[in-house]
Amino acid sequence: MSLIFESEAPAGVSSTSPITLKINGSEKQFPIAPWTTLLDALREHLDMTGTKKGCDHGQCGACTVLVNGKRINSCLTLAVMQEGNDIQTIEGLSKGEQLHPLQEAFIEHDAFQCGYCTPGQICSAVGLMNEGKAHNASEIRELMSGNLCRCGAYTNIVDAIEDVMKKEGRVNQ
Amino acid sequence: MNPFAYTRAYGVDTALDEKTDVAQYIGGGTNLIDLMKEDVMHSELLIDVNHLPFHTIEETEAGGVRLGAMMTNAETAYHPLIEERYPLLSKAILSGASPQLRNMATNGGNLMQRTRCYYFYDTATPCNKRQPGSGCSAINGFNRIHAILGTSSECIATHPSDMCVALAALDAVVHVSGKNGKRTIPFTEFHRLPELNPEKDNTLQSDELITEIELPAEGFKDHFTYIKIRDRQSYAFALVSVAAALQLDGDTVRDVRIALGGVAHKPWRDQGAESLLKGKKATEENFEQVAETILANAQGFGHNTFKIELAKRAIIRALSEALVNQHHA
Repeated sequence: MSLIFESEAPAGVSSTSPITLKINGSEKQFPIAPWTTLLDALREHLDMTGTKKGCDHGQCGACTVLVNGKRINSCLTLAVMQEGNDIQTIEGLSKGEQLHPLQEAFIEHDAFQCGYCTPGQICSAVGLMNEGKAHNASEIRELMSGNLCRCGAYTNIVDAIEDVMKKEGRVNQ
Repeated sequence: MNPFAYTRAYGVDTALDEKTDVAQYIGGGTNLIDLMKEDVMHSELLIDVNHLPFHTIEETEAGGVRLGAMMTNAETAYHPLIEERYPLLSKAILSGASPQLRNMATNGGNLMQRTRCYYFYDTATPCNKRQPGSGCSAINGFNRIHAILGTSSECIATHPSDMCVALAALDAVVHVSGKNGKRTIPFTEFHRLPELNPEKDNTLQSDELITEIELPAEGFKDHFTYIKIRDRQSYAFALVSVAAALQLDGDTVRDVRIALGGVAHKPWRDQGAESLLKGKKATEENFEQVAETILANAQGFGHNTFKIELAKRAIIRALSEALVNQHHA
């Protein structure tokens, strides 16, 4: 996406205005143009670069974040549309030095190679577990299909998620 | 994306007041924002309709249900009433897109999504849907994903929705509000064929807003299926999809619905062909006859000609599956 400067805004079109977003439990107020996606707001305005830009078209899932506990593609929503919602990114999953169980499991299962898709994979897996619709490896695969991994770490990703679900008693064994 | 202004509507009247020809309603935004990034669609004002009060599923006096247009596809597909009474709709919704997109996309927005024709997206090529009068690049171009039924000399694009194929099969009704009041549109009349003006996907007026989608009482929950044939097992658009539903008296067909996706500019229903099966035995031979009838006027354009035989086989398979399918919610 090309960077559009405020000065390019035609007459009558509002440019930058202040918004407040609640991200990982803390409120951030900053000025933003309405055509800024949530993904660009996180990365370019708030320097939260944990959320990745892959395709920028909702096809790869690298930009997955959680809004009110549900996983979405942050590249396909506008930052202004998310005012008042509870946004959670990869930066907000650990508790201090204590990693989220899915983060631990991804390390333990070597569920990545280059790691670029990993924040999106993990946020998507958190959303998957919140939804509670996957009960076995096959359902995990189907319900993780919105996250692509060009390195092909899929088998280990499914293993990592299944492992956490087993530990929490969510998998049919 | 072009620069634009943004406003949030909290009431239908406000939303309608703000709507002009250079404004767009935005729901989940999963298709509109993408098309704006691609420079295919432009808007001076986006009217956010997500805060309008259409977020529930309610039972109607007629025994059906009304789906709020601003509910997400995921909320709808996993809603107990839909899973129990309209499992065909659940199955169709869950076969489309990805979990992330289904968490964002609204029911109203699903109906409004545009074709995924590559030439519609490619602003360097002619496309009558994107730029009326510029020509169709698909007819003599790469057209593997394109339509085989109801095409015109101007456009062979398909409607990409799975949800809409189920809604067409279920005889849903679309409730809309406009500056001149409210009206209802039978689902099969909501989307249109391209004819000479493919820039119009549907019969909605430019100011009108979808508020609810109503389903009649009959949900065909005992004998239904949704088959989606695509290039990969998940997260891909249909080459051909079939929503099939049966009501049976013993082994005789009392009622049947067959809607196809991936083959036309709208979800394809052929009530004439369906009526051939009513009162007949639910046999493979009769299913074959219906499939032949539905595809009788199909036309391939080279790369997509395989869809004609594929659609016939998919219809026969879908009806055969629906016959034995007993839904246990």
